[in-house]
Amino acid sequence: MVTGRHLIEPKDFSIEELEGLFALAGRMEEQPREWRDAAKGKLLASLFFEPSTRTRLSFEAAMLRLGGSVIGFAEPGSSSAVKGESLADTIRTVSAYVDVIAMRNPKEGAALLASRFSTVPVVNGGDGGHHHPTQTLTDLLTIRSLKGRTEGLTVGFCGDLKFGRTVHSLVQGLARYPRNRFVFVSPPELRIPDFVTKEIIDKGGIEYLETEDFEKALPELDILYMTRVQKERFFNEEDYLRLKDSFILDGAKLRRAKADLAVLHPLPRVNEIAVEVDSDPRAAYFAQVRYGMFARMALFASILGVA
Amino acid sequence: MLNIAKIRNGLVIDHIRAGLGIRIFNWLGLDKAKAPVAFIVNAPSKEMGTKDMLKIDETIAIDYALLGFIDHNITVNVIENEVITEKIHMTLPERVENVLVCKNPRCITQVEKSAPQVFVLSDRAKGVYRCEYCDEARGEIDLR
Ligand SMILES: [Zn+2]
Repeated sequence: MVTGRHLIEPKDFSIEELEGLFALAGRMEEQPREWRDAAKGKLLASLFFEPSTRTRLSFEAAMLRLGGSVIGFAEPGSSSAVKGESLADTIRTVSAYVDVIAMRNPKEGAALLASRFSTVPVVNGGDGGHHHPTQTLTDLLTIRSLKGRTEGLTVGFCGDLKFGRTVHSLVQGLARYPRNRFVFVSPPELRIPDFVTKEIIDKGGIEYLETEDFEKALPELDILYMTRVQKERFFNEEDYLRLKDSFILDGAKLRRAKADLAVLHPLPRVNEIAVEVDSDPRAAYFAQVRYGMFARMALFASILGVA
Repeated sequence: MLNIAKIRNGLVIDHIRAGLGIRIFNWLGLDKAKAPVAFIVNAPSKEMGTKDMLKIDETIAIDYALLGFIDHNITVNVIENEVITEKIHMTLPERVENVLVCKNPRCITQVEKSAPQVFVLSDRAKGVYRCEYCDEARGEIDLR
């Protein structure tokens, strides 16, 4: 049971608890109308100490679709933090009003700290480059919904695997299930860090491959998780220009892939997925956005004990 | 070796890494102790070459978790009527509070000064601790 619990990092919930959430999200997706009063009278505080319209809208839509209400702020300028109030005091105050808090804060560990002072459950909507568990829930739910399983899959990750927090979390999330394989496609500058390969993958005895050859890696993948390669990550313009096209997914590359591949992306995208790919049935990144809302609906309903 | 009178009832803090004794002396506040305290530096040791030792002629309360954190090779002998009645071996504690300070500029503890600084043991063999908030690693060596 996750009722009354915080969600600070993905591993706060067991595999069984995640399965429960995914099953519930599936029921919500099938019969969304049945849930429109589930959280009636419940109030969410949506506290964004750092702007993130995408994540905030997903949380707020989820609560509203459950019949609940939302208060909060979308950027630090409108919070009391600018007046120098401590996070602890803000959380103590807000938790006196609401039934659940969803928060994003640029400082690592902010959500954990908030959970220590809150009298209601806290959901971490991102704490700097640290954790973003509802993105991982979204990714796992998308995979489970599209593939019918989260095990025995060959999952490719492409792009910035060094700084990509969502990649590290999803690898960790998928490593908890049996027989998944990973293929890491990136320029050498942005390869997957050792703490992921050593501490998560090796410890789990999981098979993986690192490569720079995107085209060669594509045909064996069941899932392709794309990320943005940002210009700022490169030391010089030349390297960036030389490498950036190698890690772009377009129609030509996609022809090499399996017919039932699912292409995911945490969004927003810039140019790493060509627009022509959007109309391909394998493009799942906008479906992923929708699963993100159902994942958060299932999470709120479960935490609030109204599921 | 120097001849120091045997203690009757008290503690012998032994196998302190040479040079670390003064810090442990200070940490335990032994300058304010009422009982006699012997502080021996550079004592010869078979295993360690040289070591520091502290002899306290009184059974004082010690935070063994903290002592283990400072130097987990330390042993503490409890003396009763001039005989060793117990040998306490240190281990690295699972967590330490307000001992290490997180230096990660992106960590919430940098701005939220009232928050306790909590570090959790993540690798016992290497003595690595991680900030509970941001997971930034600190080795025990940092403290010394
Ligand atoms: Zn920290």
